[in-house]
Amino acid sequence: MCGIVGYFGPDVAPSQAEMLLRSMADAVAHRGPDEMGIYANGDIGLGHRRLSIVGLGDGQQPMHSADGNYVISFNGEIFNYVELRTELIARGERFRTGSDTEVLLRLFMRHGEAALDRLNGDFAFAIYDRRRKRLTLARDRVGVRPLFYTTVGNTLAFASEVKALLAFPGVNAEMDLEALDQVFTLWAPLAPQTAFKGISELPPGHVMTVEGGRITTRAWWSLDFPDAGDTDNRGEDQVADELLALLDDATRIRLRADVPVGAYLSGGLDSSLVSALAARQIGKRLRTFSVTFDSAEHDESAYQAEMVKLLGTDHTSIATSGADIARVFPAVVRAAERPILRTAPAPLFRLSAHVRNAGYKVVLTGEGSDEIFAGYDIFREARVRRFVARNPRSQFRAHLFRRLYHYLPGIQSQSAEYLSAFFGAGADGLDDPLFSHRPRFRATAQAKLFYSEDLRASLGGYDAAAALAATLPERFGKWHPMHQAQYLETRYLLSGYILASQGDRVSMANAVEGRFPFLDHRLVEFAARIPTGMKLRGLDEKHILKRAARDLVPPSIASRPKQPYRAPDSESFRDAPYVDEALATPTGLFNPAAVAKLAQKARGGTMTGFRDNAAFVGILSTQLWHRSFADKSNTSSLTENAA
Amino acid sequence: MTIATEIRSFIVENFLFGDTSYELADETSLIEADLIDSTGILELVSHVEATYGIAIKDAEIVPDNFDSIARIASFIAGRGVSQAA
Repeated sequence: MCGIVGYFGPDVAPSQAEMLLRSMADAVAHRGPDEMGIYANGDIGLGHRRLSIVGLGDGQQPMHSADGNYVISFNGEIFNYVELRTELIARGERFRTGSDTEVLLRLFMRHGEAALDRLNGDFAFAIYDRRRKRLTLARDRVGVRPLFYTTVGNTLAFASEVKALLAFPGVNAEMDLEALDQVFTLWAPLAPQTAFKGISELPPGHVMTVEGGRITTRAWWSLDFPDAGDTDNRGEDQVADELLALLDDATRIRLRADVPVGAYLSGGLDSSLVSALAARQIGKRLRTFSVTFDSAEHDESAYQAEMVKLLGTDHTSIATSGADIARVFPAVVRAAERPILRTAPAPLFRLSAHVRNAGYKVVLTGEGSDEIFAGYDIFREARVRRFVARNPRSQFRAHLFRRLYHYLPGIQSQSAEYLSAFFGAGADGLDDPLFSHRPRFRATAQAKLFYSEDLRASLGGYDAAAALAATLPERFGKWHPMHQAQYLETRYLLSGYILASQGDRVSMANAVEGRFPFLDHRLVEFAARIPTGMKLRGLDEKHILKRAARDLVPPSIASRPKQPYRAPDSESFRDAPYVDEALATPTGLFNPAAVAKLAQKARGGTMTGFRDNAAFVGILSTQLWHRSFADKSNTSSLTENAA
Repeated sequence: MTIATEIRSFIVENFLFGDTSYELADETSLIEADLIDSTGILELVSHVEATYGIAIKDAEIVPDNFDSIARIASFIAGRGVSQAA
């Protein structure tokens, strides 16, 4: 797990190449503190910062093929590299190292882009073919590992994080206003757009080829579901058995490392199950980590303690207060490189520092399960909304919304009429492709109230939700409504927010690699084919997973009311000294008078609603983003550098 | 000050954060205009109780009574209050 950087094109003077690659690599040094390597030759430059996990002594990068024709810079892990290596050896390949990097390189040399289908892993890599003068960039299926790029003149620059691109002459940090609007609607920029104007993200499951000055990008994998009417005759026992076997194997290959592997244990079903499987496999005491909160509303320590006792893990937790969240929040925004609407990444940023200090570089987590097995409230909410919409006058049906949001006091005290109205039951078209997400998008978009007149004018009639709808695949309309919701959640929020702001960026900021057994592509593809009723049975979320876990996770954990991972939001910043100055930074994006009133409300401690909290955190993070990136724009140019 | 004016002022201050340029008609649905969420309605009810000295039953907290300035003013007037406190 590492950071990669590089460029391909004629605009970098040979005399500047090494210095440029070094400064780009330095910008992502946090991702790979163990080693640094660069390769520059003519139009190609590759750099690498290494976090040594597999092949500690011989996995240095950029790595060259034995014939010198190929060079690779690779971030991530190929978890099935052992099997692929054995297969390649049987075909006559001879390996010089024990690293997964060499396996990836040799597989690519044999099969080209078709090699991607064989990989079970989380990766972003660059491979340069010196004979064809062709660069290939590729990213894993669901977007665990990041890859960004931009063009300057006739040169393509790319890197694991945008910070490294900002070290490239001529690249400046300017907010992409459409991307900002996407965050204030969808929670994340819509790939390939990023928060930075002119800088793109290679979307998950995509491969890019640069050859002869031409750039081509295509999807090499995409999430698919069966047609809505398809039947599946498998029984629950059979599906649960297959599910557990796959998850067990996914966990097994994610324990492969030449350093010890720990696990996050949140107290929920997903991380408890992964920890239980890992503990069973390693044959010794598993090291586990968790976050705890002062506030009972967010804290899950009682459940964590129960699992720690059951599994006998060596466990430590890190207590997180609102003040702790406020203290690290500017660093979190710098790590995330985009505005965020929630503070939830902040405790995980602190947790990864704790993991690193404990001497661990790798952790397993339960991330991905809620997307692939329909665990999030949004799936249940959409089902209830459809149920209510079929009989909007029913007093009884709307009360089901209360069952969904048992942890939100504001919902509990509402009348059935208001519940129906808030969730748009009856108002949203049942055939709207974004039906499942409309209440979330609407609630989030309320924060746009704080936009400045200039920002409104610049956006014109831009509609982020319509932009999202325009990217949906042709087959989308054939899927069951719950699968449509799962697609939206997995394709956009998982990669654009959960795995980015709450995953890779906050763990790699402290050089800790997260591994996600639930996102093993075999399991993702298997889960997509499971009938919707087995995933969400009535309002019982992750029904089939609970069944699969019944011998490993006690009912007190598996059947506890779902509590989504959240952290204290605006209340965290009441005493943070930088807030007023950050909010007052003249970015021209927000209405200063309205923001001042919002800040006042936050300080008063009376801000409890989603809209106000999302607005406050979103505006603060946008202002901090501006201060961290746009105020430090790159003034150098390639011409000046070359001169 | 009329009840409707007072309620408008509360809504502009608390849900529009002082943005007076927003065209808010007395009949505008607060939900359809995305001005109010589940917490907002509780803030509104609490404001009406405190300002007008009336107790509001759970069963009365419905869109028919609270989803526009006109409806809120009419609901308050129906409780025998003639003008803003």
